[in-house]
Parts: sequence; C-alpha cells; structure tokens
Amino acid sequence: MSGQEASMRRVTAIRNGTVIDHVPAGKALSVLKMLGIDGGMSNPVSLVMNVPSKKMGGKDIIKVEDRELTQTELDRLALVAPDASVAIIRAYSVAEKMEINLTDEVVNVARCTFSNCITTNMMEPLPHRLAVVQRDPLELRCRYCGKTQNLEDLIDNIF
Amino acid sequence: MPGLITMDDLTNEEIISLLDNAEKLLPVARGELYLPLLKGRILGNLFFEPSTRTRMSFETAMKRLGGDVVNLGDVKTSSVVKGETLFDTIQMVDGYTDIIAMRHPRQGAAQYACDSAKVPIMNGGDGAGHHPTQTMLDLFTIRQAHGTLEGLNVVLAGDLRFGRTVHSLSHALTRFGCNVTFASPESLRMPEEIIADLRAAGAEVNETTDLIGQISEADVIYMTRIQKERFPDEDEYTKVADSYKLHARDLDDAKAEMIIMHPLPRVEEIHPSVDSTRHARYFEQAFNGVVARMSLMCWLLGVNVPADVMSEGEVI
Repeated sequence: MSGQEASMRRVTAIRNGTVIDHVPAGKALSVLKMLGIDGGMSNPVSLVMNVPSKKMGGKDIIKVEDRELTQTELDRLALVAPDASVAIIRAYSVAEKMEINLTDEVVNVARCTFSNCITTNMMEPLPHRLAVVQRDPLELRCRYCGKTQNLEDLIDNIF
Repeated sequence: MPGLITMDDLTNEEIISLLDNAEKLLPVARGELYLPLLKGRILGNLFFEPSTRTRMSFETAMKRLGGDVVNLGDVKTSSVVKGETLFDTIQMVDGYTDIIAMRHPRQGAAQYACDSAKVPIMNGGDGAGHHPTQTMLDLFTIRQAHGTLEGLNVVLAGDLRFGRTVHSLSHALTRFGCNVTFASPESLRMPEEIIADLRAAGAEVNETTDLIGQISEADVIYMTRIQKERFPDEDEYTKVADSYKLHARDLDDAKAEMIIMHPLPRVEEIHPSVDSTRHARYFEQAFNGVVARMSLMCWLLGVNVPADVMSEGEVI
C-alpha cells in the first residue's frame, strides 16, 4: 500500500458530505475554524494531520459528513489552503469536484491584524476587506490601513 | 466618491496640474485677490485629533475661495465620546457639507470614511498612515524652489517610522525620479513595507544614520520631529536626538540652492540660527498649505481654476 493510500484509509470512506484533501500539513484546525466547524455541531467530522503526500511532502485531510460545503464557504479557505482539493461525496462516490478560488479581495473573512486599524472598532459596520497583493507567496493588505497581514496572526482574526 | 486618501489616488500628471493651479491661486491665498470659486460650498473639518496648520489652512483655503466651513470642534464634546462610529459621524457630516477634511488617530480611517461618504474626503492624517495634502504642499514648495520635481537629491530625516508626512512624501518623490535618502536612528527607520513598495516601483532608496554627512549633496533636507515618548528613557532620547539637529554652522558645505523643510511644529531639531539662512523654507512651506488645499478642493469639487485669475478676480 502506498503512503498516499495509507493516508486515505486512516479514516473510512464517507457516504455523503465533503472531503477536503491537500490541506497544508498542520493547517486542518485553522480550516475547521474558518468553516465554523466546532464541537457544537452534530455532523461527524474526521481529521488526519501530517500524513505523507507525494505532492506536498505532508498534508492534512478533512472529511465532513452529511454536509455539502458551498463555494462561498470554500473560498474562505484560500487564506490557509489555496491548493486544497475538494470533493462533494454522494452515495460513496465523488459527485462533484470543487476548486477554491482566491479572489482579488477577501471580504468579511478575517479582521485586519493591525492593532491601530480603524476596523478594530467592531461597531464599525463596513465590510472587512483584505486586498490580495500577491498570490504566491500569499500577501494580503488591509484596504483601509494598508498594512501587510501576518498570515499566522490573521488566522486568529477569522470570523 | 473620489477623494484624496493616499498619493496613489493621483497620477503624476494630476499632481503637476494641481501644482500649476496652486501657483495661479497664490494671489488669492495672500489675500491680494478675491476669487470666490467655491462660493456656496461648505467644508466639513473633522479633526479627531489636534491639528493647527492643517485645520487652519483648510479653513483659510475654503474661506479665501468664498466658501464656508463647519467644524467638528473638540472631540471631547462631540458624539464621538458617546461611542458614535466613524461611519455614523460621516453619514451626518456628509449631509451637512460638500467636502470633508479629516484627521483621525486610527490608521485607515480616511479610506473608511471615503467608502462611507458621498462627498469627497481629504485625508489630513490617519494614525501613522498617510498625509497626502501635506505632500502636495511639500511638492509645491520643492518645485517653487528648484523649478522641477525631477531628479533631485532629497534627504528625509528624523522620525521616519511614525512620521506620516514622510511616508506619503517618499512615495511621491520617487515617482518623480528623485534620489531619496532616509536618515534616521535605527529605531525610527522607515517601515519595511514602504521601502519594499518604493523598491518594487523601481526607486533607488538609501538608508543611513548619518544626517550631517548628507548635507553637501542634498537639494532638499526634510526634517521631522523626534518625539521623546518614542524612547524608553530620557538619556537614550537625548543621545539620538542630538544627532538629528541642524544648526547654521552645519550648512557651510551645503549647495547654495539647498532648502530645509519641516512639517512643523519643530522643537529642537532645527536651531533658530537656521531661520535666517537662505536655506530655511519651513514657514513658506506652511503658507503653501493654503494654495495646495485650494487647488485640491477646486479639483475635487469639479471647479476649474481660470488660466488668468487676475482678470477673473477682484483685486483687493
């Protein structure tokens, strides 16, 4: 059995739901946070972290049962897992493959990390807007204060 | 709505056109000519933190052009202390005025206001961010002295980390092909992201801690104030601040046409002995704030400045 096959079999196949593969190693918990998946939901969620991957060296895999993630939800993942592959599973088969799109602007996904930015006042109603200045490596800047975002800190500021 | 939030909002051609119009408006700013180009217009001055020159020059500029001004007044007595959001404040003032000048302690506040408003917003300083109307008057002053903005050796000195005037100015200078040298203490260096932006735009940027060594080659020395509160103790401040002071005796090797600028207020960084030298330009610079802001308000409000202002206006 190859390393990759072994990785996939660490958790059983799901009947219905969403599989997110090729998440950068160690980022699965951030992905769950970005999708709003926490202990408060009833769907079974399987998670494997730091398994071998030919393409990436190491990767994480997430399987969310009985929930088909929407494109809007998946696009939020562009901040931490822009190259993840996503499959919608129905009756144990891949019914649909989806891509994560990194738009030119990331809107209302995370709050600017700069402590003196006007958007730190949570009462201010305008959307939180982070412009994608560069895609590889990813560089984001706040539309308002212009500060380059520290991506690690940004994960903590995800809504 | 178009506004002026950073210098990126203006092309080089627009900058030159604004400076040309500012020059035409000099007799109006001096009170020698009455030219009510902005009659019936109201400027909202929203200064959420203290300002002397910026607020007064905006007010003077609007009144010299026949318009009127309403002020936010002291923030301590406004709705802001009751917890009103910037968005709500802007919605209100938007309804009262035709154009807004704003200073705010939070970075990004001007862009936020611009996204919230229907009338043009002019950024008069947002935290340690940008101060583009100051940049316009700085460029006007430099061009007035040297007849051009291109290819000059400009030294920006002092607090380059927190000094928002030098952030906006450095962007603009490099766009006109100036050679820019940043002279600052190590702890107050120009922020990395600004240097990265300038280099990405193809500018050659030099950094040094030696201000005095730059004087002989400079066409412009732009001083800024080093603030005590940026240092952990008084001794450290004194040691650093002493290296960023100009005295008339330091200027013996300066080029004859070199000018010294400062956004003011100055404290000790320019000795009064410099005031009477041919190099001192900071008080004219402060006056130029009026013409630069007149020109800008006309442009943002879609009002043309006539080619021959003397024939259009009324000599006072």
